[in-house]
Amino acid sequence: MQGMVGRRRVVTAVDGLAQQKGIRVGMPVAKAQILIEGLEVREADPKADDAALGRLSVWALRHYSPLAAPDGLDGLVIDVTGAAHLYGGEAGLVTHVLTQLEDRQITAYAALADSWGAAHALARFGGKSSVIVATGKTAAYIKDLPPEALRLPPDMVEELKLMGFDTIGEIAAQPRAPLTLRFGPELWRRIDMAFGRTPEPIEPVEAPELISVSRLFAEPIGAAETIEKYTRRLTEAICLKLENSGLGARRLDMHYVRVDNRIETISVATARPVRDVKRLSRLLCDKIDTVAPGFGIEKMVLSAPLVETLSVDQVTASFSAPAKPDVAELWDTLSNRYGPERLYRAVPMASDIPERAVKRMPPTSQDRGSLRSSQYRRPPRLFRPPEPVQTLAALPDHPPRAFNWRGQRYSVVCADGPERIKGEWWRTEGEAGKVRDYYILEAESGERFWVFRAGDGVNSDTGSLNWYLHGKFD
Amino acid sequence: MLPEISARFHELKAQIERSGDARLARSVLPFEVPVIDTMLPNGGLAYGALHEIAGGAHGAIDGAAAISFAAGIAARTGGLVLWAYIQPDLFAPALALSGLANDRVVFFEGGDEASVLGCCEEALRHGGLTAVVGELSNLTRVASQRLQMAAETTGTIALVVRRWRRQVDARDFGTPTAAFTRWRVTALNSEPLPVRGVGRSRWQLELMRTRGGGSGDFEVEACDEKGAIRLSAALADRSIETGCRSIRAAS
Repeated sequence: MQGMVGRRRVVTAVDGLAQQKGIRVGMPVAKAQILIEGLEVREADPKADDAALGRLSVWALRHYSPLAAPDGLDGLVIDVTGAAHLYGGEAGLVTHVLTQLEDRQITAYAALADSWGAAHALARFGGKSSVIVATGKTAAYIKDLPPEALRLPPDMVEELKLMGFDTIGEIAAQPRAPLTLRFGPELWRRIDMAFGRTPEPIEPVEAPELISVSRLFAEPIGAAETIEKYTRRLTEAICLKLENSGLGARRLDMHYVRVDNRIETISVATARPVRDVKRLSRLLCDKIDTVAPGFGIEKMVLSAPLVETLSVDQVTASFSAPAKPDVAELWDTLSNRYGPERLYRAVPMASDIPERAVKRMPPTSQDRGSLRSSQYRRPPRLFRPPEPVQTLAALPDHPPRAFNWRGQRYSVVCADGPERIKGEWWRTEGEAGKVRDYYILEAESGERFWVFRAGDGVNSDTGSLNWYLHGKFD
Repeated sequence: MLPEISARFHELKAQIERSGDARLARSVLPFEVPVIDTMLPNGGLAYGALHEIAGGAHGAIDGAAAISFAAGIAARTGGLVLWAYIQPDLFAPALALSGLANDRVVFFEGGDEASVLGCCEEALRHGGLTAVVGELSNLTRVASQRLQMAAETTGTIALVVRRWRRQVDARDFGTPTAAFTRWRVTALNSEPLPVRGVGRSRWQLELMRTRGGGSGDFEVEACDEKGAIRLSAALADRSIETGCRSIRAAS
């Protein structure tokens, strides 16, 4: 691809094959054409690139975090504070982003760090397809990167290189005053941003079709009651907008823009599309405690990045019994307050191994699971992991006569078993051929236990022949 | 003179009960075991009230029998149930054996006691559920009053299963709370079977306190697949007096 820098025609982007042949970004086009005969040169289209990047940031906004924006001409920046747990942690989030981009045929480099500057530098100059910097370790990662990574004007980078600075670490180790005198405040501002010493707010991208309402305040507001009042008003306004377009919100983001230009964000999600003012404002107001108003809030923006069509339902009401409240509302309240992973339905799975017998599903799921092992006697308490016990038992298949558990001796009055459970060889190789023999034991005191012996009691390659206590019956 | 006063008294009492105060005319969930139901005011476990359950002996630590008993009660309320806990040793498929099928219960794994209490209160106030079960070790008077008031507003049954980290902490079960009833469930040896094996579980069920009712000890068989308990077979044919201890004064 070629583009104009000043009056020269230079290469602005190359594909993998051209890169192998030695063509680099920034090379004059004439030189590239000499290197390869019949080189296909296309005109760069910065406007279309910009638009595509804009679309990509809207996509990131919808899926990952309420704070996402284009970063320069070739990147995306996403503030993932408090958003990573939805994808199983930061590593999971980065992998998810990269695979999603790969599906769109975009080769991407990802970096996750404490500051925008550091993430920007590592993604472009880190040399790895994904880097995750642990909290507080930023300096160690970025000190070896070249000065280009600092988002400085190109001529300033040239000058720095002339002065002999090859890495960010070298510049950062210098005293501030002489360099500021020479380059102006911009250099140190960028360095501080990269090390996370200066805050750098992300101005989130605004999707054109995004339903949002905002309110500006002549005087900044700060009291919790006032914030709550205007949160309710904005919710009313957005519900009206949603109603006009026949939609319901699945997610609402509220941005509080503070006078010091920081943006505080709260975000609520619902299991089904909702446009009930009372319900949505309650979800939002539940989270107002987490907003730090600082010196005051001068602008509030409420947007609905995730919407679905909401059809109107006929409400069945009878005279005899009042309609029961919708429990989906309760699940929304609880999962927004305590975290969605805390609330679940336990769906039985088709597995005999107790540790794998249950799968967690969201509370609104209709999955009934497998009823295959629903009739087996199982204890209401299951110890994870099973606790080793010392037993007195005859091999190969007699239940223990007595056992020691948690420093106490139990003598067994009656027992039931064995119930043999075999390892699921299709899951891990180590489980192939392994056996557990489960027994129900009743102690003299009346307590009932679920114990198992690893191995079938004859061949030691089916298990270690140790006994474990796995659960306690009612 | 005296019969006149007594007649007037009964008339007034009936009038108050009729006068629509929801708290007086609270509906109940009977156990369908006459010996136990007679000990409870209005013949059953009150809806819209807090009930406390704990395990006896080692059950105070694991609460295995106590949660089965709670699951049986929650199952018989017939609707959706929220189950909040902290220690992740609950094995959900076993609750189905006490009548609480997996599609009727939603679990909440709290990080601390405060979040379990908050979650229970929110769920009780909502009204879409029929029972809310919380596993807690501490239950202060104030916390229990909050749960009780939340339960009253909607008529949802609130069940608190008390379990402690150490045996000595179980003494806490004596401190007063706003609970309507207080139960202790201790595992007993199961009914001997004619063959080798372990029979249906049996419990010593102690009704330690009831507001406006009696108290007593019962030997019962554990919940069946519908959540119902029944008197232990060895006792079922005996008369009430021998089945439970004489009525004590409720504290």
